Amino acid sequence: MTDQADVSLGAPTEDAAGPSGSRSRLIPYAVLCELTHRCPLQCPYCSNPLELERASREIDTDTWKSVLSQAVDMGILQAHFSGGEPTVRKDLEQLVEHAAKAGLYTNLITSGVLLTRARLDRLRDAGLDHVQVSFQDTEAGNADRIAGFRGHAKKQETARMVRAADLPLTVNAVMHRQNLHHLEAMIAMAVELDAERLEVAQVQYYGWALKNRQAFLPTREQLDEATQIVEEARVRLKGILAIDYVVPDYYARRPKSCMGGWGRQFLNITPAGKVLPCHAAESLDFLEFENVTERPLAWIWEHSSAFNRFRGTDWMPEPCRSCDRREIDWGGCRCQAFALTGDPDTTDPACEFAPHRQVLEMPVGEAGGEIPEFVYRRIGNG
Amino acid sequence: MSQRLLLTADSVPRLPRHAKLRFDRARDCWIINAPERVFELDAIAGEVIQLVDGTRTLAVLVDELAAKYDQAPRADIERDVTTMLQNLADKGFVIA
Repeated sequence: MTDQADVSLGAPTEDAAGPSGSRSRLIPYAVLCELTHRCPLQCPYCSNPLELERASREIDTDTWKSVLSQAVDMGILQAHFSGGEPTVRKDLEQLVEHAAKAGLYTNLITSGVLLTRARLDRLRDAGLDHVQVSFQDTEAGNADRIAGFRGHAKKQETARMVRAADLPLTVNAVMHRQNLHHLEAMIAMAVELDAERLEVAQVQYYGWALKNRQAFLPTREQLDEATQIVEEARVRLKGILAIDYVVPDYYARRPKSCMGGWGRQFLNITPAGKVLPCHAAESLDFLEFENVTERPLAWIWEHSSAFNRFRGTDWMPEPCRSCDRREIDWGGCRCQAFALTGDPDTTDPACEFAPHRQVLEMPVGEAGGEIPEFVYRRIGNG
Repeated sequence: MSQRLLLTADSVPRLPRHAKLRFDRARDCWIINAPERVFELDAIAGEVIQLVDGTRTLAVLVDELAAKYDQAPRADIERDVTTMLQNLADKGFVIA
């Protein structure tokens, strides 16, 4: 009766199982549309690549509409509009309307600092299904310092406007050693803002966040305390606030099932139209990524060398190849394996059986030490 | 929301605004779209969820299913349906 597959998309939460590996033809679930890399914030853990696209390279409205139509034809169910800050695109309403009319579940992932009530109403009327607003902390001074922008008060106002506009709200909270002491307050703030959902995401160390790792990586004790707080809150707030929890895999025994497996559930389109298996994939600088201005999206998904490079289990080395979890965690994260070891084909060091597990010893050993200055996310700083 | 929803026979369950039910031809099943989540429903769960439309009480919903599947005892259907919908309610995908 209740035999339903619960597929967690995008964020690598700890309970993400994903579809089974036996499906012969893979149908993606979600497309992340990074409409722009422009953003007033400069968060030092931004998931955008170090090489940010300039506005002049962004693909136009009609190209995005074509992409969204193609996504529906492929069986994609959800479109996430992200950035940078997606609301800097003046055609956002048009794109949401196009996606919603085509049958996609539409989700806006925003910092919230540029949104007006009138625009939220227009987006809702265009068919927007859900809004995620990011927060850097609960305490304004620290939040604004982390974001490199005075926006915390406006974010709270925007979150209230989202609910007043009768749109569902997720609070996205990126947590790390410089704000984890406010985790209880963050959970309380999400309840107070009447969010349906809170995403507690420990920083994942790629790109900008890897540059700032020492500034962000919590100690084991901080992490354990946070995990306990989340577990208690989940029980206390069951049916009131859903909490998704992304743990920092430096302290994990098993790697996360990154994106539910390479090229299995998800594709990401950059502001310039490049199609990636995950938002960090451009860090794998030996891969060639196809562009939606040159190829059909379905062809790129099925046939492009980048999507097939780590798809399935054939590429796997030992110990992944003979591991009984090979179709659960899919070898972990390729970007992390490459960034930390220089070898994209090795087991993610987040796995305790990984041959390069020792690369985590240095950062973990230094966690809790002196806090360096941030390298803020801005063009030229990468 | 300020307290946990506990479904009873008198509850009138429905999907919240952020959870959208539709039939997916590509996967040949009913699905619920929700923030960064997709529930793929099996055939029976799909039958149940189509009755979750904010007009029927849980009791009426179970009666309809019991009439349709007269091989199964009503008590069994009630237990299974309540478990399934309470599970979805706890995740925030069913409200009443």
